[in-house]
Amino acid sequence: MLRYALLRLLGAIPTLLLVIVLAFLMVHAAPGGPFDDERVLPPETAAALAEAYNLDEPLHRQLFNYLSGLVRGDLGPSYRYRDYTVGELIGHAFPVSLKLGAMAMLLAAVVGVATGSFAALRRNTMLDRVVMTFAMTGISIPVFVVAPVLVLLFAVKLQWLPAGWSGNDGAARFLLPVIALALPQIAYIARLTRASMIDVLATDFIRTARAQGLGTSAIIRYHALRPAMLPVLSYMGPAIAAVLTGSVVVEEIFGIPGLGQFFVRGALNRDYTLVLGIVVFYATLVVLLNLIVDILYGFIDPRIRQR
Amino acid sequence: MRALTDILARMRRNRAVVLSGGLLATIVIVAIIGPMISPHDYLQTDFDNLLHPPSAAGMQIFGTDDLGRDSFVRTMLGVQVTMLVAIVASVVSLLIGVTYGAIAGYVGGRVDAVMMRFVDTLYALPFMFFVILLMVAFERNFLLIFVAIGAINWLDMARIVRGQTLSLREREFVAAARLTGVSTARIIFRHIAPNLIGVVIVYVTLTIPQAILVESFLSFLGLGIQEPQTSLGALVDAGVNQMEGASWMLLIPATLLAVILLCFNFLGDAMRDVFDARSSR
Repeated sequence: MLRYALLRLLGAIPTLLLVIVLAFLMVHAAPGGPFDDERVLPPETAAALAEAYNLDEPLHRQLFNYLSGLVRGDLGPSYRYRDYTVGELIGHAFPVSLKLGAMAMLLAAVVGVATGSFAALRRNTMLDRVVMTFAMTGISIPVFVVAPVLVLLFAVKLQWLPAGWSGNDGAARFLLPVIALALPQIAYIARLTRASMIDVLATDFIRTARAQGLGTSAIIRYHALRPAMLPVLSYMGPAIAAVLTGSVVVEEIFGIPGLGQFFVRGALNRDYTLVLGIVVFYATLVVLLNLIVDILYGFIDPRIRQR
Repeated sequence: MRALTDILARMRRNRAVVLSGGLLATIVIVAIIGPMISPHDYLQTDFDNLLHPPSAAGMQIFGTDDLGRDSFVRTMLGVQVTMLVAIVASVVSLLIGVTYGAIAGYVGGRVDAVMMRFVDTLYALPFMFFVILLMVAFERNFLLIFVAIGAINWLDMARIVRGQTLSLREREFVAAARLTGVSTARIIFRHIAPNLIGVVIVYVTLTIPQAILVESFLSFLGLGIQEPQTSLGALVDAGVNQMEGASWMLLIPATLLAVILLCFNFLGDAMRDVFDARSSR
């Protein structure tokens, strides 16, 4: 098991390196520098700025500097928020996004698996069809449509919940953003669970369990759930990426000061180092989380480890 | 030819295909014809008539926006742009995906292993962030949006096509072509590719909604289609800013976007059933 985990970890390193180099080159291939503004800088000032940020060195030196900075956990200075480093900005904003994302993932996993199993047990009934139509709708409708409509309904019209982040505290302000973020994932996980649960329920070992007189809930809990979870678990990687992407929109709509909001601001302000830093950070996060999912997969399904 | 009529017949019998296909066709036709017969155009502002609620008077059935522009014409323009971007982006992803998948599947061996490992690697990345990075680094223009969206949606296509190619290359007609000295490139494009059409059609139907999603996501954030041009994503964004006083500005484009995406997804699912039925016969 340890060997498997270590091998996986080693395999992730080239991926990460590729991502970082790619993102770095993309930013540096951009026409125009980070200090291009409406007013033209005098050449001396431009040269001094370039020197201060090491932009006058050849590209491979800059890349090397960036990579060696990364190893030390240094993502460089922000071009727009002049008093902060990118690392500080991420450290400041990420906890909020993490909380939001973790809650959404948890909600999606619990509700999705429950709904999917429920539909699988009542396969081809009216209830199953209704649930699956809802799931299809949930998958199709993007977060940036769901979120504003939820705000319009629950915050503007009914006034049950706060629409914004600032000026409110407590759990209530988390409710709408988390639901908006989780909804598409609930739908997807429900569909996956239903499909794989139906497959599992048709296998011989379930028939045997049933023949021994086990009740439905015991069959699900002790025999069917674990094998049925495998496709769901392998969806966790893409789900994490989707939730991170969705949180960019959700943070924008609800005015949550998380990493996604910084990312969009940085993108609109052409704050290259900040945007690059956040992409590198997110990519690392996603690769690491995928790694954890892979290892968990090995835990749940011993057949994978043997290979 | 018989196979084709067979498929068409099965599609006609499938209610989901007929319903969602019909609804999509209606939306597209209205989106093209609507602006032509409307007395308004998408640029014309009217400062005496800001945020006017939908009314039949003056043909402003979707009301006006915060600059007094006619929302119906702008929404229809948005549908046109969204569809255009989605279709072109899907073609881009189709070209990349089919070429890549067919080469990997046909050449096989170590080349295949390396190529598919690369696809697996890309799968794990938060792609939307790279697209945003791309939009930041370069000027935002239509062409870039097409390419960027196409470039992130080709992975599924490549996987599917590779799988099909693997089985196709063992068939007699490919062996015959190889024996008569046809070049590898020609075998891939003239002998393998035409046989992939079935799967490709199904996956294009499923790629289009994904492309729509990416485009409207970018436009929603202000990184995609720029004013005065518009798309459904940009309209939803504009609607969010006016939602307290003028909820129609949010609800109309949001509903349209949702309906279009839902139709494409239903269509894609149903198409898969139609083509699967053929293979399992």
